[in-house]
Amino acid sequence: MIDTLRLTAEEALGLLERREVSARELWDAYRAAIDERDGELHCFLSLVDEPAGEGVPIALKDVIGTKGIETTAGSKILKGYVPLYDSTVARRCKEAGLVTLGKTNTDEFAMGSSTENSAFGPSRNPWDPTRVPGGSGGGSAAAVAGGLAPWALGSDTGGSIKQPAALCGIVGLRPTYGTVSRYGIVAFASSLDQVGPTTKTVRDCALLYRTIAGRDPSDSTTADVPEVELPEREDLRGVRIGVPKQMVEAEGIESGVKDAFERTIQLARELGAEVGECELPLSVEYGLPCYYLVAPAEASSNLARYDGVRYGLRAPEDAYHAMVMRTRDEGFGDEPKRRIMLGTYALSAGYFEAYYGQAQKVRTVIRREHAEAFERFDVLASPTSPTVAFELGAKTQDPLAMYANDLLTIPSCMAGLPGLNVPCGLSEGLPVGLQLIGPQFAENALFAAGHALERALGFDRVPERLR
Amino acid sequence: MAGLSWEPVIGLEIHVQLKTRTKMFCACEVAYFDTPNSHTCPVCLAHPGALPVANAKAIEYTVKLGLALGCEIAPRALFHRKNYFYPDLPKGYQISQYDVPLCGKGAFTVPEPEGDRVVGITRAHLEEDAAKNVHVGGTGGRIGGAAHTNVDFNRGGTPLVEIVTEPDLRSSDEAKRFLQLLRRTIVELGISDAEMEKGTLRVDANVSVRERGETGYRTRAELKNMNSFNFIARGIDAEIERQIGVWEGGGEVVQQTFDFDAATGKLTPRRAKEEADDYRYFPEPDLVPVEPSAELVERARAELPELPGTRVRRLEPELGFDLAEGLVASGRDRLFARTPGDRRAVANVLMNELAGAGVDPDAVDGDELGKLIEARNRVPRPVFADAIARSGDEGFSADPFLAEEATSDVAELGPLIDEILAANAGQVAAYRSGKEGLLGFFVGQVMKRTDGKADPRVVNELLRAKLSA
Ligand SMILES: [Zn+2]
Repeated sequence: MIDTLRLTAEEALGLLERREVSARELWDAYRAAIDERDGELHCFLSLVDEPAGEGVPIALKDVIGTKGIETTAGSKILKGYVPLYDSTVARRCKEAGLVTLGKTNTDEFAMGSSTENSAFGPSRNPWDPTRVPGGSGGGSAAAVAGGLAPWALGSDTGGSIKQPAALCGIVGLRPTYGTVSRYGIVAFASSLDQVGPTTKTVRDCALLYRTIAGRDPSDSTTADVPEVELPEREDLRGVRIGVPKQMVEAEGIESGVKDAFERTIQLARELGAEVGECELPLSVEYGLPCYYLVAPAEASSNLARYDGVRYGLRAPEDAYHAMVMRTRDEGFGDEPKRRIMLGTYALSAGYFEAYYGQAQKVRTVIRREHAEAFERFDVLASPTSPTVAFELGAKTQDPLAMYANDLLTIPSCMAGLPGLNVPCGLSEGLPVGLQLIGPQFAENALFAAGHALERALGFDRVPERLR
Repeated sequence: MAGLSWEPVIGLEIHVQLKTRTKMFCACEVAYFDTPNSHTCPVCLAHPGALPVANAKAIEYTVKLGLALGCEIAPRALFHRKNYFYPDLPKGYQISQYDVPLCGKGAFTVPEPEGDRVVGITRAHLEEDAAKNVHVGGTGGRIGGAAHTNVDFNRGGTPLVEIVTEPDLRSSDEAKRFLQLLRRTIVELGISDAEMEKGTLRVDANVSVRERGETGYRTRAELKNMNSFNFIARGIDAEIERQIGVWEGGGEVVQQTFDFDAATGKLTPRRAKEEADDYRYFPEPDLVPVEPSAELVERARAELPELPGTRVRRLEPELGFDLAEGLVASGRDRLFARTPGDRRAVANVLMNELAGAGVDPDAVDGDELGKLIEARNRVPRPVFADAIARSGDEGFSADPFLAEEATSDVAELGPLIDEILAANAGQVAAYRSGKEGLLGFFVGQVMKRTDGKADPRVVNELLRAKLSA
């Protein structure tokens, strides 16, 4: 009997290698879990009927282009769109023998923090189906937490991997910008988008990151990546952990989240880490507003290609302009429309310097502030999300409250830095996430620290109601 | 205000399609005359997730062109997105360059009969061409009245360089001369065919006029759709005349765009847009800055051919301005250099007989051509013309043609001339009474009777002698 709620991907690989289970048995186990629970959780937008390989299954967020498998990015405008080519990450997964189970739910074009912006209905949190799984990669996070997939890939622009991982009690890595190819990933904000793993353990995370990372000739913004080391150490001796004052004191952090975070920091000290306070005042104050200039600006341009001319939805109109306008009006939901308008405004003549230009300058300041912190510390630690998973519908009428979910994840995204979520406890019976931030290309340091803490914390990642 | 002396002010915007094997940002072959949409991929069709990768050859070509135009090469150039909706623009933006183009300020020297005209180059930047809208139904492929429009993406993404000049040209002649030498430079750099009929070279002109002595610029008009150098010159002349008329009539020239209609020679104003374009330029986040290595720039500089302007000035002392410019602008000066013989005679044959025969100068063996030109008065004219026409053939030798020397035998020609003079007594009398232009008539008669094989110098001499006897 395969317990998909507990089985890690690393264990699944072992079972296959030792021929203790067959690839078919593994596939069937996850399909059975999907049949059992996806009706409630709605993690998947599409499923693959027959496994295309003999390896460990994987779920892919629906912004990841997959040849021959519908890829909608959670939008009506791409309903029925079947890519002609594999994204580089999908290809690398295939080459590593991973077998795609299906495509997971996402806020439309990855714009959101709860999956409630998906054109195909929200996903639900396996810990409490009345609550959101976070977003935009809520489908991937809920699928892994709910035992519907051993691991999954997500994409992160301002927190879309880390925040849902936190809300679902699993591990999620947003890698250093430029380490994972964006080729074939439906673009939201090109200077921020990064694909990364959503997994049950830090070691699974390192394994999957190793599979997808590396320079890609099809993506000019990728770089050479240091060799990925699977974490082994169980202590934190010699590791300097900085706690950004402005991040733990930020408004809106729930007390239960703060408590779980502080207990984890205490544990880190016990494991031998040197913990100190550091400062990121400008990053925390300006990170979020700058993000909401840069990301919509790039999105307004990235989403211009959905015009009904070549693929996807086309509204039946005779004249070109009428057709484009109606297609986009009918095809895009409210959130993409809101961001297209914000972004178009921010890039307009006369406003560019004040908005987009200024935001890019602030980005440089945020980078510098982080670099200064890393002169004294190896990793920085903070809560990932200010709150635990919230109820569906709680924030849908208040975009600013929804945007505030990403307050703590956004600054490091703006600086292009890697961030890892490790579940660190419960508050009100719901998971709390620890965010570990490293310097550029320091994924190995994050894995090492995350692994040691994960071992010491002994967090039971199976949702209580499913145990 | 009539009688004022007006000075035209002209600046040009030139688009040059580069002759790279593949497109600017994807691996599709550049072959846009092929079956529509047969050279497309996710990148040039702007499928979700597709990313551009800059074509290194196109960057190298642009650096070469920039150096030939005397431009500063940017150590770190940026690509920008130019955002607008149009069916031939699949991404909804064109990847172009904005505030940091690959080639910055430069100058291109155009020799004029009276001194040089130094034309400032504002910039030369690299971008991608749009696809092609094919209007189906209606008349003449125009959008008006068309039933529907197909888009052929084969051309979409072809590397394109845009060169912008300062408003330094002062007449349509100067503009034409500048374009001829620029085209020559581009062709010799091997970076483009630069053919206007094929659209691989496209020119827009910005035209204004001002009173002589005035230092500022007045409102300009933009001329588009002129598909030959002659049309450009005619379009500019027509616009200069129109603007002078407006000013002298007490009116004011307004900023406007005109299409030149080659059939009527008229300028048609484009419908004014309701609002100004706002392309929302921002740096292309999918590409890294272009940083041409010092090594690349130095190699390109070292390989730069001697520029046409310099060559005109070098040839001018022995040939005069017109012949020198003609040889260079037509790309015949290299053949001229490798063809021995009397300099003027060689230049004249190259510009007349060789040009008339449409021979590719680069295919001609200079030594063989030299032999031919040296003997041009001794071989019969039709033979000479035939030999010139074949001078570009592979393995061409002048010898078989030289063997057919013209008849200069007085013993043979004398009686024939006597016969012709006797048969045309009236013309002889007219010649003798002063109509010396009739000499050509008699020469023609002799040539006709000898199938063109008579040596014209000998015929001339004999005729003169006999007619004045
Ligand atoms: Zn292509």
